[in-house]
Formats: sequence, structure tokens, C-alpha cells
Amino acid sequence: MFRKLLKRTQLALRQLMKEKTRLAIAIAGIAFADLLMFVQLGFEGALYDAAIKPHRSLQADLVLINPQLQTLFAVKSFPRERLQQALSYEGVESVSPLYFATGQWRNPETRLSRAILVWGVDPARPAFKSSEVTQNLDSLKQLDQVLFDRASRPEYGAIGEWFKRDGSVETDLNGKVVKVKGLFTNGASFAADGNVIASDSTFLQLFRDRKPELIEVGLITLKPGTDLEKVRSELIAGLPNDVKVLTTEGFAQIEKEYWANGTGIGFIFGLGVGVGFIVGIVIVYQILYADVSDHLPEYATLKAMGYTDRYLLGVLIQEALLLAILGYIPGLILSLGLYQLAYAATLLPIVMTLERSISVFILTIVMCSASGAVAMRKLRSADPADVF
Amino acid sequence: MHFGTSAPIISVQTLNHYFGEDNLRKQVLFDINLEINAGEIVIMTGPSGSGKTTLLSLMGGLRSAQEGSMKILSQEMCGASKDRLTQLRLNIGYIFQAHNLMTFLTVKENVRMSLELHDEMFNQDMDAKSIEMLEAVGLGDRAEYFPEKLSGGQKQRVAIARALISQPKIVLADEPTAALDKKSGRDVVELMQKLAKERNCTILLVTHDNRILDIADRIINMEDGRLVDAS
Ligand SMILES: Nc1ncnc2c1ncn2[C@@H]1O[C@H](COP(=O)(O)OP(=O)(O)OP(=O)(O)O)[C@@H](O)[C@H]1O
Ligand SMILES: [Mg+2]
Repeated sequence: MFRKLLKRTQLALRQLMKEKTRLAIAIAGIAFADLLMFVQLGFEGALYDAAIKPHRSLQADLVLINPQLQTLFAVKSFPRERLQQALSYEGVESVSPLYFATGQWRNPETRLSRAILVWGVDPARPAFKSSEVTQNLDSLKQLDQVLFDRASRPEYGAIGEWFKRDGSVETDLNGKVVKVKGLFTNGASFAADGNVIASDSTFLQLFRDRKPELIEVGLITLKPGTDLEKVRSELIAGLPNDVKVLTTEGFAQIEKEYWANGTGIGFIFGLGVGVGFIVGIVIVYQILYADVSDHLPEYATLKAMGYTDRYLLGVLIQEALLLAILGYIPGLILSLGLYQLAYAATLLPIVMTLERSISVFILTIVMCSASGAVAMRKLRSADPADVF
Repeated sequence: MHFGTSAPIISVQTLNHYFGEDNLRKQVLFDINLEINAGEIVIMTGPSGSGKTTLLSLMGGLRSAQEGSMKILSQEMCGASKDRLTQLRLNIGYIFQAHNLMTFLTVKENVRMSLELHDEMFNQDMDAKSIEMLEAVGLGDRAEYFPEKLSGGQKQRVAIARALISQPKIVLADEPTAALDKKSGRDVVELMQKLAKERNCTILLVTHDNRILDIADRIINMEDGRLVDAS
């Protein structure tokens, strides 16, 4: 059966190869449609990944937050007391508070200020997993000393470089002079172009309106071997409902949910993918329709010779699938290049995932088959009675 | 009328055919009766619009017959389903006024397409068979050419090779020489005659060309949708 298939004259392939210019246009069109989809999905994925990177690097098993907290962008606090209450639950080993707020960072070179996300941590306990942060906790103990995120946008100044050269960088944060005493890596996100870590005392100095007894995140570390879900449900049952108890991943999903559904962003990216898809359908349809129309007398002749409608529809589908594959490959390669460019320009973690490359491939196949299905109507109109 | 050892390969009785529907319905074939025996070469002539092509397309299963009886290869084709029509077409070779070759296939592949309709051919060397057939029509050296590189007469010879290669019992040809000059038209028809006789193949050929009537075993005449005596 398969051998027979190989022995057949490859009508689909031969037809595509005969019209080189048309084939090139088709491939370019599909590659463009794929590129459009890849870029949209890439930025969407990068946005979410960047937005939840701090959540995922928190050093905690469970976190407490204000139930109304949706994003790091809009600060919502809860009483620090809840954290002390949590400490008395079975299985809880330690707790520590985490503050965050958006401050104004002045670029020491250009003297331009720009919003930056400032984290206030307890210098006695590591709030972040990163070893760069834990190793530098001591330098935070002194007031007005901070750690700077080297993957922040360059508009804050080449802090990383200057720090390496001079061992310390001084600038203005929220109107107060601070010294950068170490670096860590998080990266820019749509919510924050950069990050700074300070001690809780420095944080409260920088943000005068903030009260120490109101915190944003409560970090809970459990004793080894403790059943996380069990402690979580006990905390939910026991603590007043002005706090929400989540795993760090659950916390991350709230942030992601906010960007995906709480803003127009998820919709806009979805729209972008849809536009790419439709552009693809239109282009492939045009090509297939033109191919069928040009060869209508030939298709009619094939039918007169005894070829069935089904056979010829098969040829059309093959043509559609060949176009899908031929267009996808350059589309993928171009997208990888564009991801590199986008990463260099935005510092967003925009990377190709296997999952995404497969979904776009499937979308391409669907796109081409759909166009093939529409072009079939034309093929059916080839009437063998017209050829005599 | 003589009765051979076998039943006639084409047998048409009281066949009527109409185009259009309701008020616009127009009869184009009236009470056609015709028998053609195996191996016969029959030429059909008649004025333009008299219904020759219509009759040919009915016999070839390109249109379904509406009224009367039409037995092709002992099968009743009147009221046959679409699948039966497609099935019938496998046993018939067609030669059209326009050559209708696939422009995106080589001459050899065009001929091969006809073989690929028959499952049993896949065990054989279809390329060799195609080239052999092209040699028989004098185009062995053009096998790898695309049709656009051939003259009109050469293209029509390829069409003949394509029609005859799968050994059809019947060949239907509609004005195969109309697009050709006198000389190549004559060549093409003589080639058809020779190959048909070798393969004991029946030919029904429509033509306006009086100079080729001599190759026929029998000539029939169509006028206003009716067959009339030729002599
Ligand atoms: N698809 C169709 N729909 C309606 N009428 C048709 C159709 N095909 C042919 N006719 C009509 O049927 C009649 C016979 O046409 P046909 O093509 O069979 O003539 P013909 O003898 O082959 O003519 P010619 O020598 O010019 O090829 C004509 O009057 C024509 O107008
Ligand atoms: Mg005609």
C-alpha cells in the first residue's frame, strides 16, 4: 500500500515545483504567518515568565498575601501579626516578612529617574533562593546599602559594570542616597523594568509612608518532611480571612492570571495569533485556488480518465500539507532570529519552547488544510463532461 | 447487419437526451439506435450543434444517460451511479480536440498517469512501458520533455499514447485533428488506426475532416440530434 504510494507520480509536489515563483510566494506567506504567530506567542510567554520570575525565586514553602493582591504592580498589604500567628502552627519552622514597592531610581550618569521595583527583606533570613542574594545579605544590614538586578533595563545606568570596576555605586533612590553593594539577576518584566533589594529597615526609610506592621508577602518555611497541603489547609482554616495562603507557584499563577485575563494583554496577543492564522489561510487559499483554476481542464481530464474526486482531493490536501511544512521551516528559523533580537532589545526572557514550536506547527497544518478544504469546492467544479 | 461471435461492444437503443430543466429543457438527442462491434473503426460526422459531442460524452460515461438504453461493454449505463461512471471510464481511452496534457508533468509521466489507474500495473515497470508506448507513436526520444516543448501534432500523439497504453476496449476521439495541419492530422489518424488494429480496439471518432474518412470501417451521420443514413 505504502510502496504503491511511493511509486505514484507525485502530482502535488510536481504541481508545486512547476510554478517556482508561486511556490516562493506561498512559502514566504506561510513563513510570515508563522513568524507573526511565533512573535505574538513569544512575547506573551516572555511577559508571563518575566512577571512571575520573582515569585518563583522566593525562598519559601508557603506565602501569605492580601487576598486582593493581584500583581506586584499594585501594592496591597496585610497585618504582619498574621505571620507571627502562622509561626505557632505545627510544621512551620520559620517566617519572614517581605515588603515591596515601586521607587524612583536615578541613573547616576544621565540623572534621569525611572520607576524600579524595590524589595525589602529581613537581612537575617534569605527571602530569595539566588545564592548571589544570600551571600550578600550581610552588606544589606547596614542602612542605605542595596543589591541591584544586573538584568535590569540599561536605562538605569551600567550599574553592573561600574560596580565591578569600583566595588560600589552610589545613586539616588526615592530621593535618598543609596550604595549598591552587590548584584543579583532577575530581569525586567512588563511590571518592572528593574529590581533592587534592600533590608526592611532601609526599605522603610525609603518609603516613609509605609508602616512596619503592614507587609506585602509573608514567607513561611516548613520543617523538612512536613505535608505542605495539610499545613496550608490548617492555616487557611485558622487564620482570619484578611490573608490568603498560597504556595509560591500559586502566588505566581495569580500574577500570571492578572496579566493574561485582568488586562487586555492576553486578548491582544490572542488577537495577534488569530490575525497571523487568518493571513496564512488567505495566502494558502489564494495559492491553492490559483493552482486549481489554472489546471481545471487538466483536473477534468484526470477525472475523465477515471481518477476519482477523492483521489484529486487527496492531491490537494497533499499540496496543502507540503506548503505547510515548506513554509513552517523558514518561519521557525526566522522566529529564532527574531527572538534573539527581541531579547537583546527588551531583556525579556523570550525563548523558543518545544511546546510552542509544536503548537504553531499544528496551527500551520490546520491553516493549510482549512484553505485546502475551501479550494476543494473549485476542484469539484471540474466537470469531465466539459473536456470534449 | 452482421452478428459476430460476440455481442456488440456498444449498443444504444432509443436513447434520448435533454439539456436544461423545466421550461428551458431542450432535447438534443432523439431516438438514437447504434451498435458498434469490437475492433470496428466508426467515424461520426454531422453539422455543428447536431449532438455528436453529447453522444460521445454519454458513451464515455462523462455524463449520465437519461432515457432509453445504452450498454457499454455489456453494462447498462442508463441511470448509472457516479461510481459506476467512474468505473466505466477506466476502460475507455479518450482523445480530445485539445490535447489536455498535464503541463506540470513530463510526456512520460503524462502517459504513466494512465497506467497508475490500474492496480496491477504497480508490479510492473511503468516507466519502461510508457517509453515503449511513446516509441510506438514515434516520440521515444521526447519522453523527458514537458508538453510545452512539443508541436501540436506531437502533443496529440502523446495523447494517443496516453489513451491507448492501458489497453482500453474503446477509444473515443472528438475531432482529434481539428487543431492540426493537414499532414500531421493525417499522420495522427493513421497512427490511431494502426495501433487500434494491433490491439483489437474499437474506435468511435467524430470529425469534420473529409480527408480522413477513408480510415473508417463505417461512417455514421448525425443531423439535428438524429442518426441518419450516411450512404
Ligand atoms: N452543457 C450544455 N448545456 C446545454 N446545452 C448544451 C450543452 N452542451 C451542448 N448543448 C447543446 O446541445 C446541442 C448539441 O451540442 P454538441 O456539442 O453535442 O454538438 P456537436 O455536434 O458536437 O457540435 P460541434 O460539431 O460544433 O462540436 C447544441 O445545440 C448545444 O447548444
Ligand atoms: Mg462537438
